Amino acid sequence: MTNTGTGNTGTSRERTLFGQYGGQYVPETLMAALSELEDAYLHASNDPAFCAELDLYLQEFAGRKTPLTYCPRVSADLGCRVYLKREDLLHSGAHKINNALGQALLARYMGKKRLIAETGAGQHGVATAIVGAALNLSVDVFMGETDCVRQALNVARMKMLGARVIPVSCGTKTLKDATNEALRNWVATVGHTHYLIGSVVGPYPFPRIVRDFQSVIGKETREQILQKEGRLPDCIIACVGGGSNAIGIFYPFLHDDVALWGVEAGGEGLSARHGATLCKGTPGILHGAFSYLLSDNYGQVTESHSISAGLDYPGVGPEHAMLKDAGRVRYEAVTDTEALDAFLYLSRMEGIVPALESSHAIAYARKLGPELPENHIMIINLSGRGDKDVGTVMQIMGDRL
Amino acid sequence: MTEQNAGEKKTSSGKIAAAFEKGKKEGRPLFIGFTVAGDPDYDTSRRIARAMIEAGTDILELGVPFSDPVADGPTIQLADGRAIRSGMNTDRLFSLVTDIVRESDVPLVLLVYANMVYRRGIDRFYREAAAAGVNGILVADVPVEEAAEYIAAADAHGIDPIMMVTPTTSPDRIQKIVSYARGFIYLVTVCGVTGARDIVAPESIALLKTVRNHTNLPLAPGFGISTRMQADAYYSAGADGVIVGSAIVQKVEENIGDADAICSAVTAYIAGMKRK
Repeated sequence: MTNTGTGNTGTSRERTLFGQYGGQYVPETLMAALSELEDAYLHASNDPAFCAELDLYLQEFAGRKTPLTYCPRVSADLGCRVYLKREDLLHSGAHKINNALGQALLARYMGKKRLIAETGAGQHGVATAIVGAALNLSVDVFMGETDCVRQALNVARMKMLGARVIPVSCGTKTLKDATNEALRNWVATVGHTHYLIGSVVGPYPFPRIVRDFQSVIGKETREQILQKEGRLPDCIIACVGGGSNAIGIFYPFLHDDVALWGVEAGGEGLSARHGATLCKGTPGILHGAFSYLLSDNYGQVTESHSISAGLDYPGVGPEHAMLKDAGRVRYEAVTDTEALDAFLYLSRMEGIVPALESSHAIAYARKLGPELPENHIMIINLSGRGDKDVGTVMQIMGDRL
Repeated sequence: MTEQNAGEKKTSSGKIAAAFEKGKKEGRPLFIGFTVAGDPDYDTSRRIARAMIEAGTDILELGVPFSDPVADGPTIQLADGRAIRSGMNTDRLFSLVTDIVRESDVPLVLLVYANMVYRRGIDRFYREAAAAGVNGILVADVPVEEAAEYIAAADAHGIDPIMMVTPTTSPDRIQKIVSYARGFIYLVTVCGVTGARDIVAPESIALLKTVRNHTNLPLAPGFGISTRMQADAYYSAGADGVIVGSAIVQKVEENIGDADAICSAVTAYIAGMKRK
């Protein structure tokens, strides 16, 4: 864990910002809780006992470290050296568990007995349900009604793990409104409840805490590639919804000569329905932070669309907004169709079934690869596995599978 | 921003302050009524506002409908949805305000979320609001830490920045908030979102007394106030007014499709709340 944040030092408002983005745009009722959380995090992240316990859970419970797998067939096909960072192999099936473990231990550190979470694809909800069970904390997960339907398997998993799943029927009935409802619930229960936010979004200190807990991905990747190749990679590709897996793998490479690509949900195309907040959005305020978002000219937040529930979000983490403006990370989008093709491509080429979210990164790698020299080292963050998406893919592909 | 001492000169000399002073002279607390602008549609919303004022609303609060109202409970969320679907937007909001103030002298306060203000341009939003006749603006998701630009715009255009104090606000923060706020202090009586309740939490009475020690600004409790009994409890604890929102918005919901019925339900409700 690191707490040397980007601009996150001192006691002024500057500490809450990533460049000009971030901040704490929340109702007054939550300010005390954010301050308590920030203090607790600063203590915990400097407490060797806390860090040791988190490391132990990450290894023995979640299954870290995850492999950095060389892909011979994909490499031959794309004409460069392609590695996958295998977050799909983690317990729960996705990178979300890194953050869920960190924050649940932090909640316990603060003496909170209850966790709430929002979830889109259900991966973060499942991760929260898992850590809640393991650490004996009660868990309520807010999930849009539409997502409950398209990710029914994960709803069942959460319930089996003892969590309560609260379907959210307001607004767009997806991740955006699940997040609103979690924030509302937190306002009312702030004394005994920790809001275990699932991505690098929300008011400060959440974007920093989640980034720090996820940056274990990039730290391991760095060690592994140095060991395997004796040098840093040339590029890293990750999908971006809220942006936690991407920031997790990018963060330890920000000051290196490594090209970083964030791939957003292009949905039905950037002139139709999509979830490409950084590619097509404008700066604004949603869920406690100033960042890019999809909204109309008056400021009403608009509905996003993606084949993958985990990328179906009209906002994005404020640190990504800063990295976009600085030109440090380049953000691109791929369509639902390209993601679906990539889902089958990786499954059939390497025997690894990626989550539809991660399939966006694979799809962009397929576009980028052929332009690169053959000694180019490309790392793709395989943020999750595709078991949860089998139903969706079957529904779309039908007999063509 | 540098902190300033809360003092008499921070009490706005504007229309909101005058309303509270008048109330004080007459020995009665103010009734501050909330409705969502454009709920359920522009024309009915205008009629509701007029009915509220005629029924004795001392300060009218207009909610600016937003797609993601995180401080609001289900009643106001639904109202926001109705208003947005009926075509309410920032242009129409200011024209509604103009229509309302043309017919009345009652001070008008906007409750709005940050993105609606930011997207318009912070200074432009306050300038247009002032031109339309708005006297105070509360931005629900802009705490004092983020408020500098919003307060500067309010100052530049003669609008009172209304700010919230809640049961979780520390004494240090209360001091800071009251030093920037003008018009009145919005006392959030519960940890939670808006929505009609029928309790008076003892900690909200304690909060009222605590904040009183920090400022001479008028204090108006809100969130969850729907009954005369609650209002009386806050009045006798020293509140200068009470804010009622969801209970009024519910009358819209219950009588949807019948503008006459909405207006008479709202009128009867406010008359009951104002009864001596």
